[in-house]
Amino acid sequence: MTAVSMTVNGKPVTADVDPRTLLVQFLREHLRLTGTHVGCDTSQCGACVVHIDGKAMKSCTMFAWQADGANVTTIEGLANGAALHPMQEAFREHHGLQCGYCTPGMIMAAVDIVKRKGHDLDDRTIREELDGNLCRCTGYHNIVKAIAAGARAMK
Amino acid sequence: MSATGIGAAVRRKEDHRFITGKGQYTDDISRPGETRAVFVRSPHAHAKIRKIDTSAAQKMPGVVAVLTGEQLAADKIGHLICGWMIHSKDGSPMKMAPHPAIASGKACYVGDPVALVVAETLTQARDAAEKVAVDYEPLPAVVDPAKAKAGAQIHEVAPKNTIYEWHLGDVKAVEAAFRSAKHVTKLDIVNNRLVPNAMEPRVAIGEYDTGNDSFTLWNTSQNPHVARLVIAAFIGMAPEHKLRVIAPDVGGGFGSKIFIYPEEVACLWASKRTGRPVKWTSDRSEAFLADAHGRDHVTHAEMAFASDGKILALRAKTIANLGAYMSTFSSSVPTYLYATLLSGQYDIAHIYCEVDAVYTNTVPVDAYRGAGRPEATFVVERLVEVGAREQGMDPAELRRKNFVRNFPHQTPVIMTYDAGDYNASLKKAMEIADVKGFAKRRRDAARNGKLRGLGYSTYIEACGIAPSQAVGSLGAGVGLWESAEVRVNPTGSVEILTGCHAHGQGHETTFAQVVADRLGIPIENISVVHGDTDKVQFGMGTYGSRSGAVGISAIVKALDKVEAKAKKVAAHMLEASESDIVFKDGKFTVAGTDKAAAWGDVALNAYIAHKFSGQELEPGLKEGAFYDPTNFTFPAGCHICEVEIDQETGETRVVNWTAVDDFGTVINPMIVEGQVHGGIAQGVGQALLEGAVYDKEGQLVSGSFMDYAMPRAENFPPFNIDTTVTKCPSNPLGLKGCGEAGAIAAPAAVINAITDAIGTEEVTMPATAQTVWAALQKANRMRPAAE
Ligand code: FES
Ligand code: FES
Repeated sequence: MTAVSMTVNGKPVTADVDPRTLLVQFLREHLRLTGTHVGCDTSQCGACVVHIDGKAMKSCTMFAWQADGANVTTIEGLANGAALHPMQEAFREHHGLQCGYCTPGMIMAAVDIVKRKGHDLDDRTIREELDGNLCRCTGYHNIVKAIAAGARAMK
Repeated sequence: MSATGIGAAVRRKEDHRFITGKGQYTDDISRPGETRAVFVRSPHAHAKIRKIDTSAAQKMPGVVAVLTGEQLAADKIGHLICGWMIHSKDGSPMKMAPHPAIASGKACYVGDPVALVVAETLTQARDAAEKVAVDYEPLPAVVDPAKAKAGAQIHEVAPKNTIYEWHLGDVKAVEAAFRSAKHVTKLDIVNNRLVPNAMEPRVAIGEYDTGNDSFTLWNTSQNPHVARLVIAAFIGMAPEHKLRVIAPDVGGGFGSKIFIYPEEVACLWASKRTGRPVKWTSDRSEAFLADAHGRDHVTHAEMAFASDGKILALRAKTIANLGAYMSTFSSSVPTYLYATLLSGQYDIAHIYCEVDAVYTNTVPVDAYRGAGRPEATFVVERLVEVGAREQGMDPAELRRKNFVRNFPHQTPVIMTYDAGDYNASLKKAMEIADVKGFAKRRRDAARNGKLRGLGYSTYIEACGIAPSQAVGSLGAGVGLWESAEVRVNPTGSVEILTGCHAHGQGHETTFAQVVADRLGIPIENISVVHGDTDKVQFGMGTYGSRSGAVGISAIVKALDKVEAKAKKVAAHMLEASESDIVFKDGKFTVAGTDKAAAWGDVALNAYIAHKFSGQELEPGLKEGAFYDPTNFTFPAGCHICEVEIDQETGETRVVNWTAVDDFGTVINPMIVEGQVHGGIAQGVGQALLEGAVYDKEGQLVSGSFMDYAMPRAENFPPFNIDTTVTKCPSNPLGLKGCGEAGAIAAPAAVINAITDAIGTEEVTMPATAQTVWAALQKANRMRPAAE
């Protein structure tokens, strides 16, 4: 067993875990933060994206111990209390989700895109930046619209 | 139109939980004392299982049980079944081979479960699964459907690996029409095999309650009631009233979550054997091996034309690969969901179709978004397009010339089209796509060394599945009606119980819109209950674009009853005759007076029952209805795809997409557009990117997202979506259904556009850069140098 401690959504957590425990497993099974999803086993789909020290990372592609000491934000920690994050609001407003399974990862990735690429995102940029996130439901059309709108709203 | 009623783009009620990470999918459920299951799966496509030694695995840390197919059989757990009987031409019934949830004696595809390891943790189960020693004797594998009849026989019941040899139509009339034809267009078509890949992998949690001798199954299902029925009645796990099936939020399905799968049966069984809840969560790689695949047809098709371009007849011969076992609805897909749509939007007097369904050593194939109808549309729309090119006619003009214009229209392949205006959708799509400006865009592209092409697909589908008597006469083992219950609470809020089950379609919103519209109450006061066999009495689930046309029609029928009963209550309250009560905008009034009662007051009075006696009226306000459709519905439309191809690399970009669809009445245009977007993406995925490839030994070589090209955001331009409306005459709101249209229309539009660009018809799906490049090279070699 390996001891891990990190801050998740602002709260300190510590646990003893099997060293093979993936960060996503730790979040979902130990902390019961089931908003972060698993859609693949080859780091392709992005359903598992969380923020680690402010950067988007695929939580299926690292062990829990690799996030030791880090500041982790999951979809559950994105909103500011009852007030939704502008990107969450934009996904709802623009129908950027259907089954909702890819959505937490999409929203977390989108916030990161805005941080890196700014608030005025064109169609091409958003589509290229979504290379690591798969959605089988929406055909991406409304996700792209939502991210553009969310980016503006984050100004 | 009110802000939340029929026709309004209401933002979805379900979204709050999804965008905040509070959705509840099956894998999010954790049962007290639960164990984790891992399946040992056959690495061989076809092999005898000589012996399974579980002793080493049993001794591994945390192991609760290691179970095999022999134990399953000893416990008399029944086989999985296919619920749609198809008869061959000679009258013999389809050859359904036994399909145990865990193979015993023989494995028939790579991924066939051969043992189940149950352990305290997932890691322990995985570690122990490695220790299960299976002694296989590999047998020759049958992979290519076109060669299946000559391959090693897979199942005793099916000589030549043939499940059925079915046909539809009048062969003599078709032959005569071909003899009189001026021109015949012939095509060989492979409809590529696809992996549905809903982003949420399948999950099953089985739990046995010793106190009540009852089971609960949590699963990722589009139709929990059908799962319960099959697992109770055919598999014999427990009587129906002792089995509860709960499908919570479902993360996409596209058909793949309709079926009753081995893992669900095995987890239930294992929960009784171990006395612990047993949870299995599929990996993505496992999903590739174990989820039912889609399509996989090999077809030769011909279309006969008169000298004026009128279509005289169509004939098709299809080999359909159903995989190693017959999945739940597999037999219906290449027959009644396929050949019945071969008339397309056209008035074709004579059609004949033969379908041979075969077993191969591949994972079972069943319905995937569109199910049979994309395959039919591809055949028809390719024939029409190529036919136009061969005869030097404009493809839009040829279509227009042949459109069905008078309704109802009886096709030679069972269907009676009830309403449509195919010319209207074609015309509107051509305007939006600026077909007039295409020649210039093509010249401009050529200046940059690019080839531009434009392709049409004027598709039709049969949805609203389906009139029970009709499907019963065609072999369905179930009726395909839908149920609804409208429960009005004493305070006037409403719960709608439906047998449909959303997996991304937004039923919690659209269904509530219908009720808000009808009862004049705020949409916030309405909730939708679905996906639990203990809450909803029965239902047939969500697939085949049926939830609107069938499910909502059932709700409307229940609302009729609620309104009738509420009027009775209002009559007592207002001391008026029931026939004088008018209900409008959430208010009951007495005609010609100013006496009125609000919805909430009437609901309350229905429950306090102070204004009427029990002899006069039953208290309460709750009504249920079963709605059985009287016809299929016929969504149709026109999709136009414009592609640009890099001559050097063959890389194809979709640069414009126009869709004009006729779905009848639209309840929520935002949701409908979303459905169209998603369908197009899957259709374009089939045409350009996706293909499940097995090698000669039956190994799935495209078995992960690394090798199976899933469509990504950068594969698409923004879509231009519009609608035309002819209402469906057979259901109360005029709904047709929209969930599958894009996937049905898109592949033909893409391939028609590519072949238009490169000037050769020899392009197979998926039209990857390599495929297109090779076709271009071949065409260039064949082209006379002078050209
Ligand atoms: S689950 Fe992490 S990328 Fe798919
Ligand atoms: S909304 Fe279903 S996968 Fe994206």
